[in-house]
Amino acid sequence: MPSISKRLFIILAVTTSLVWLSAVVWIYLSTRAEVERVLDARLMEAGRMVSSLIVSQEIVVDSTPSSTTGLPLRAYSTYDRQLSCQIWSLQGALIGRSDGAPDERLSEHADGFSETVIGGETWRVYAVTNEELGVRVLVGDSMWIRDRLVNDVIRGLLLPALLILPILGGLIWLSVRRGLEPLRKIAGDLETRHASDLSPIDGAATATEIAPVLHSLNGLFARVAGLRERERNFTAFAAHELRTPLAGLKTQAQVALASDDAAIRKQALSQIVIGVDRTSRLVRQLLDMSSLEAFDQVERKGSVRAGPVLRALAEELADPVREVTVEISPALDMLTVEIEPELFTLAARNLLENAVNHSPQSGVVRCRAAETGGIVIEDDGPGIPQEELPRITERFFRGRHKAAVGSGLGLAIVELALGRSGWQLQLFNRETGGLSAVIGVHA
Amino acid sequence: MRVLIVEDDAVLRDGLRVGLGIGGFNTDAVETCEEADAVLKNHEFDALVLDLMLPDGSGLDVLKSMRERRDTTPVLLLTARDRVADRIVGLDAGADDYLGKPFDLDEVAARLRALLRRAAGRPGARLEWNGLSLDPAKQKVEQDGKPVHLSRREYAVLHTLMAHPGQILSRSRIEEKLYGWQEEVESNAIEVHIHHLRAKLGSDAIQTVRGIGYRLGGEM
Repeated sequence: MPSISKRLFIILAVTTSLVWLSAVVWIYLSTRAEVERVLDARLMEAGRMVSSLIVSQEIVVDSTPSSTTGLPLRAYSTYDRQLSCQIWSLQGALIGRSDGAPDERLSEHADGFSETVIGGETWRVYAVTNEELGVRVLVGDSMWIRDRLVNDVIRGLLLPALLILPILGGLIWLSVRRGLEPLRKIAGDLETRHASDLSPIDGAATATEIAPVLHSLNGLFARVAGLRERERNFTAFAAHELRTPLAGLKTQAQVALASDDAAIRKQALSQIVIGVDRTSRLVRQLLDMSSLEAFDQVERKGSVRAGPVLRALAEELADPVREVTVEISPALDMLTVEIEPELFTLAARNLLENAVNHSPQSGVVRCRAAETGGIVIEDDGPGIPQEELPRITERFFRGRHKAAVGSGLGLAIVELALGRSGWQLQLFNRETGGLSAVIGVHA
Repeated sequence: MRVLIVEDDAVLRDGLRVGLGIGGFNTDAVETCEEADAVLKNHEFDALVLDLMLPDGSGLDVLKSMRERRDTTPVLLLTARDRVADRIVGLDAGADDYLGKPFDLDEVAARLRALLRRAAGRPGARLEWNGLSLDPAKQKVEQDGKPVHLSRREYAVLHTLMAHPGQILSRSRIEEKLYGWQEEVESNAIEVHIHHLRAKLGSDAIQTVRGIGYRLGGEM
């Protein structure tokens, strides 16, 4: 796993070293140029000086080539034998030379600067011709000295640098660690927290760069916590709601076991069948509810033709025993609603199921298009007591006019399913009796 | 023993009504708080089996208003919520016992018998009087150690009389204990049952107090 601090350290160390290196190169070049300029100037000065000394007769130039004159020229004590001087007659005889100057002629040229290799050594030579005395003064210094000078300067720079670089590295490492402290703190927090701990991370003291990360982390925690809470509530609700039908089934089974009376046993068994139907419907609705709740923020798009869906449901749900029929107005076949098909089917199924279950013997459930573009489902049942209307879509709320198979979840599912597509459910007690359920676009 | 069942789930209500009937109880059943209040105000019950979650409110409200009326009828709460906290709330509101769903029908009957015994201040499960012994759990009657076979109604009449030893019970009071309010009672039904009981237990087992009612014969 790449570490940010390692990465930062390497980047900082490499860039710092590069800056150092380029500084060294720059200093090397500029020092070299400066040294050259200064030493050239000195050569020139020395050449002119010797020449003028000869002119003023302060140096007696022996014309005999064998004699030599020492020129004690010492610029710096640490750099011995810096300058060498030769005085040649214009005829080409060596008239005099300084201590340590080579015997070979330093340069063949007449005036100005030149470079000559003598005995494997490169010399920088300045020549001054004194026509008056017929001599040529050659002053030179070894390039080796120049190199050494520059190298000493660079060494003087590099040696402390070599000492300082590890210290600098340590400082960079410490700074990086300190700079990343808020990150490390959060990582530590996250590492030590229990897997089920979904409390938000305290971000009050954190750096502004991490704040967005923390913010979205805390948001995620909140969402997961919410989802988990809903799941917990739901499981508790489901367990709770299943207990009553289970108690009914068990009681009826025990009645059937305890009674010798065939009529009582038969009745108990038919109650068990009703109970199983009711419980399986409850389980199906609980599953519908839980899948609707799982993605509570997501709005689902889609559209569906209402007629065919309602027709298919009507065929399935109509109750031939009680002669309850479902009528679907032909206008609905033309009507397309902007609801995701699965959600529409879920909502319509629960509404039709409710309508059929609450219909009286030979009742008719009518589905028609509403003037507002929605769908109306009407029944001839007892309706909902006015005071219960506001609570009727609460989950597990069962009003007084409940059907034998009612779970108290149907209308809650309808409302959730329609809400997912931006639609809503409205319930009215009809003036002529019965309930009118309207699926309409959200106002 | 007359028991009122307040439960909104149709299957469970029917199961309790029939099941407790088999267990020797005379049961009536309602499904809402409103009905329960109305029935409790006008009829006398020996015990109440009460569900907590009802369509028009909480069974606890029925319980509280009962206790406010100084109605001491024993109450057995039945509920899907059976956490300790829920039980405490229920018992503190005046319930005598508590059962979580799903329960065992036999246990409901046993707990009801225990409640009735405690309400009557009897030490043992059996009812005893003058050589008669009635076991409510088994619905068996013995006289001087020998089993006596009684019909369901005869047993119920004897049970009612033995539950109130030494007291004179009017005919209408015995009818109340025997029949639900929906049941048609023939005017001379009780006389017929008493007649049969006398035939099986001896003519002085049950005394008729003219113009008032009946009581068990002999002294304690």
